[in-house]
Amino acid sequence: MKRAALLLTLALLSGCDDMLVQPYAKLYDPEAGRVQPVAEAVPWQDAPVAPPPLTLALLQRGQQRFRIDCTPCHGELGNGDGMIVQRGFSPPPSYHSARLREAPTQHFYDVITHGYGAMYSFAGRVAPRDRWAIAAYIRALQHSQDVPVAALTPEQKQALP
Amino acid sequence: MAAIFPPEANLAAKLVLLSLAGAIAAGIGWWWLFPRTDYARHVDWTVQQPVPFSHQHHVGGLGIDCRFCHVTVEVSGNAGLPPTYTCMTCHSQIWTNAALLAPVRQSLADNVPIRWHRVTDLPDYVYFNHAIHVAKGVGCESCHGAVADMPLMRKVRSMTMSFCLDCHRDPAPHLRPAEAIFDTKWQRTPDTPSPATLMAQYHVGGRNLTECSICHR
Repeated sequence: MKRAALLLTLALLSGCDDMLVQPYAKLYDPEAGRVQPVAEAVPWQDAPVAPPPLTLALLQRGQQRFRIDCTPCHGELGNGDGMIVQRGFSPPPSYHSARLREAPTQHFYDVITHGYGAMYSFAGRVAPRDRWAIAAYIRALQHSQDVPVAALTPEQKQALP
Repeated sequence: MAAIFPPEANLAAKLVLLSLAGAIAAGIGWWWLFPRTDYARHVDWTVQQPVPFSHQHHVGGLGIDCRFCHVTVEVSGNAGLPPTYTCMTCHSQIWTNAALLAPVRQSLADNVPIRWHRVTDLPDYVYFNHAIHVAKGVGCESCHGAVADMPLMRKVRSMTMSFCLDCHRDPAPHLRPAEAIFDTKWQRTPDTPSPATLMAQYHVGGRNLTECSICHR
């Protein structure tokens, strides 16, 4: 009888820990210390990839990523007049300058990877495949602002102001 | 011998016994009720942070996308806290002398991460994965509230098991189109695809989402 009562008490006491907090390695645990990267390690999602084939899906992906990571400074059209520039960041060059029109697509990939001027590296935020997608979308943006009128369809010409 | 207690003592004893029973009942009620209050669940508690970061300013005012900072939210279980480097992407040039941002500059200089304090914490026996929710049409706002209106971050939903189950039992009304996931001000309009259409689009509904092992693994 006494033993049963003791066991019952122990069983009930086990309910006192609601197990909200359990001991295991947690993300951002300040006690875990910072990991020292191995010399030849490649950061997560940073292994270089070859340029993917140019498809509509790639351009759409590029547009989505461009609007997340680039428009704050470069603006929707790449004129270099984004919201952060309006708030005092040094203005980036417009994509529609002769120098950037003639730059190889690799240039945009490299700038995203390493940064350029006041622009920090986006290597930790934009995966290599997405860098190509953004570079492709920048090419599309450049094209969008530099189409000769002769190349438009009759309907598009109608829509011109 | 005269009686020790006067006749009124009967009433006093009854009252004492009654209030004792009342106190015990109230204690049990409180013990049951208190953990269920929003206060105990920290709903609407603003958490003190080393830097008073304003989502209202950065998201609502400047229009920066959630994913600019919470980089891994689409590909990983964890949404990802931005490293100091992300803050300094802009603050290397803007508000460079602001006293409020001194801990940020110090963090970059010392290469020591800022210790933010958790606003939303799930019990350790709960598995939660951001990527799958975002991929299946659950917006940030559904759990985190109107973050774009919050000067300081706070928890606005109870995040209890019943909160999760409400949606897992009937996800349809909580789904939104892909382009609205990161828009904390989105509201259903007549043009929005119907809940049933969204369920089909996201391929939700083929599996019982209330299986224990979905969240407790």
